[in-house]
Amino acid sequence: MAAKKKLRVQDLAKIREKAKALTTIRESEGRAKVTVHMGTCGIAAGAREVMDALLDEIRKNNVTDVIVTTSGCAGLCNREPMATVEFKDQPPVKYVDLTPEKMRKVFVEHVLLGRMVTDYVLAVGSETMY
Amino acid sequence: MKHYRAHLLVCAGTGCVSSGSFKLKEALEKEIKTRKLEDEVLVITTGCNGFCERGPIVMVHPDGIFYQLLKPADVPLIVEEHLLKGRPVKKLMYVPPEDKTPIPKMKDIEFFKHQRLIVLRNRGRIDPEKIDEYIAFDGYEAMGKALSLMTSEEIIKEIDASGLRGRGGAGFPTGRKWDACRRVKGSPKYLICNGDEGDPGAFMDRSVLEADPHAVLEGMVIGAKAIGAAKGYIYIRHEYPLALQRMAIAIKQAREYGLLGKDILGTGFDFDAEIVEGAGAFVSGEETALMASVEGRVAMPRQRPPYPAQKGLWGKPTVINNVETWATVPNIIRRGSDWFAGLGTKTSKGTKIFSLVGKINNTGLVEVPMGISLRDVIYGIGGGIPQNREFKAVQIGGPSGGCIPAKLLDLPVDYESLTEAGAMMGSGGMIVMDDKTCMVDVAKYFMNFLRDESCGKCVSCREGTQRMWEILRDITEGKGTESGLRLLEELALACKDASMCGLGQTAANPVLSTLRYFRHEFEAHILDKRCPAGVCKSLIRYVVLPEKCTGCQACKKACPNDCIKGTLKDVHTIVQANCIKCGACQEACRFEAIEAQRDEAIQII
Repeated sequence: MAAKKKLRVQDLAKIREKAKALTTIRESEGRAKVTVHMGTCGIAAGAREVMDALLDEIRKNNVTDVIVTTSGCAGLCNREPMATVEFKDQPPVKYVDLTPEKMRKVFVEHVLLGRMVTDYVLAVGSETMY
Repeated sequence: MKHYRAHLLVCAGTGCVSSGSFKLKEALEKEIKTRKLEDEVLVITTGCNGFCERGPIVMVHPDGIFYQLLKPADVPLIVEEHLLKGRPVKKLMYVPPEDKTPIPKMKDIEFFKHQRLIVLRNRGRIDPEKIDEYIAFDGYEAMGKALSLMTSEEIIKEIDASGLRGRGGAGFPTGRKWDACRRVKGSPKYLICNGDEGDPGAFMDRSVLEADPHAVLEGMVIGAKAIGAAKGYIYIRHEYPLALQRMAIAIKQAREYGLLGKDILGTGFDFDAEIVEGAGAFVSGEETALMASVEGRVAMPRQRPPYPAQKGLWGKPTVINNVETWATVPNIIRRGSDWFAGLGTKTSKGTKIFSLVGKINNTGLVEVPMGISLRDVIYGIGGGIPQNREFKAVQIGGPSGGCIPAKLLDLPVDYESLTEAGAMMGSGGMIVMDDKTCMVDVAKYFMNFLRDESCGKCVSCREGTQRMWEILRDITEGKGTESGLRLLEELALACKDASMCGLGQTAANPVLSTLRYFRHEFEAHILDKRCPAGVCKSLIRYVVLPEKCTGCQACKKACPNDCIKGTLKDVHTIVQANCIKCGACQEACRFEAIEAQRDEAIQII
C-alpha cells in the first residue's frame, strides 16, 4: 500500500463523515428504514432485484443515514415484491407490486425527498396487533 | 467506504477465538458468498464483547440481534433466515436460565443492561484492526482537541477535575501524577503503558488492548502533551499474542496517518510509541520493576522515593499508567470532566472494568459505574451462582487483594470501601466462590502463586511467602497446629511491614482476609481435622451410600486405582487404603450415591 497522506485535524471529521453509513448501521439509528419483504413469495416475484436496485440507489446517491433490512412474507403474496418505508416516529408506508424501477423511484421520491409515491402505495400504518 | 445493508460483528477476543470464532467467520463468509450476498453483507471481527461464557458471539446490525454459542453448522440457517429473509433465528439467541423466551437484542439482556461503557465503548462495535472505524466513532477527536486547543495545564486540570484515579490498583489520582511529572525539570520525559496484567483470572487490560488499541494510543498522546514527553513504551506480556498483534497494527496505522510521529495532525507536536514485550513475571506489573525490564534489566523493584515522576526510565521523569487508565483519558477530554465525574461515588469517579470469573453463571468482562454493589455485579449482571449453590465469597484484586464474604454483598465497589473490607480494587479481577470452596485452600493457592512470583529481593517476602505457604499446606493436610496459626499471622504482618514493593506488602492479604472472615474454617482444619467445604483431600474420604447405590458399576469403571469393589446390582464399597481421592467416582455416579464425608474427625495416620 502506498504511504498514506498525513492527516490534519480537519481530516478526522472528513473520515468520520465518510464513515457515517457505518455508524448509522452499527448504532441502528437511521433517519429512515426501508424493509424489503423477502419471503419465498417475495424472492420468487423478484425481491432480490428490487433489493439490488435499492442498494444501488443508496450507493449512487451516497446516502449514509438510511437503514436497509429484510423481513419475511407480509401475508399478501400476490402483491409481492413489497417494501416498507419508515421514518422515525411516523407510521410505516407499504408499497406493493414493485419492480427495480419502481423501487428506485420510491427511494428517490419518498426516502430522499419525503414525497410518498401514492400510485404504488398499498397502505399507511401498521397492522393491528393482538 | 462501501455501503453494506447489514454488518455481522464476530467477536474475536481471546475467549471467543479459543471457542472457534475464526472458523465461524470463515464459514459465514463462505455461506454469504454462496448466497451471493457478499456485496450486501459485511463480516468483520471485533474485540471482546464481554459475554465470554456465551462465545462465539455474533452481533447482526442494524437489527441489533445477539447470537450466541454458535457453531459453523449454524451458519447456513443464519444466512438464509436472517440475512436473506429477515427472520432472526430464535433458537440461536440468548435464553436466560430461569426463562424460556429468547432475548433477541443485546440491550435487553440482563448481562449487558446494567453495564455502563466508557472504556469499552467500542467493544464488539468496531474492527480494532481498522483505524477508520475507530475514527468513525469519534476516535482521535480528543487528541485533536488536546493538541490544537489545550495547553498542558488545561489538560491536567481537566483530568484532575474528572477525579480519575489509576485503574491499575492503587488508585492514585492521575491528574496529580501527571502534574508532578510535568513540574519536574529533566529531559527527555517518558510515558509508559502498563499492560503487564498478571493476576490469575484477570483479563481487563488484555481485552481493552484487543478491542480498542487506538484508545490506549490516543490517551498516551494526550498524556504526552500534558507532561511534555516525546516517547512512550507499551509494556505487554508475551502471553497476550492477540493484544500484541493488534497493538502493533494500531501503531503502524497511526504512524501512517501521522497520528504518531513527527508533527502530529500538523500541530507541531511529536510523540512516538513502541511496544516492549514482557516475559510474563507477576512482579513486572510493579512500576519500578517494569521500568527495569524496559531498560533490559531483570524485573526487580527498587526503593521509592524517588518516584518514577522524578526519576523513572533511565533516570528520567516518567509517567506510568495502566492500560485502562490510558483508555479512559480520551473520553474525559472529549466529553468533559463534568460528564465523567457525574458517574460514580464521592471519591471514586467513572466506571471500572471487572473480569467476572469462578463460580458464576455469566463469566465475562463487565464495565460498571463505581459504587455499584457487589450484589448487583454478582447476581444482577453475573446471573448468580451456578446450580443455585450458595455464594460464599468473592476474591477481589488478585493475589494482593482479599476475599469478601457473603455478609458484605451490599458493599459498594469503590477504592475506599474495598480497602476497608480487607480487599482492594486491584486491576479488577473478581473470582466468585461458592460453598464448595475451601478458604484455606484458596489462601494456599494464592500464596503458592506469590512464593513463585516473589522476585527474592526482600527476605520478608522471599522467605515469608514460602513459610506462609508451608504452614497453609500443612493445615490443608491435617497437620496444622495452633502455634502454626499464630506463626502464620505473625509472618503475615512481618511480610506486610518489611517488604519493599507492593507485591510483598500485600502478599499477606490472602491470608489476612481469609483469617478475618473465615477463621472458623482454619480452626476446623486444625482442631477437628476436617475440611468443612470438603475440598482438602487429606481431610475427606469418599464413601458409598448404601441406600442410594444401585450397583451400576459406573464408579468402578471410572476409578483409576481399582479400589472400588462390588458386583453388578450389589452395593459397592471403596477401599480407603488405596483411594487417592481423585473424585472420579463421584463424578461418574448418576445417583448421588458417593459422598465426600467430612463431618466426623478422621484419624490421620
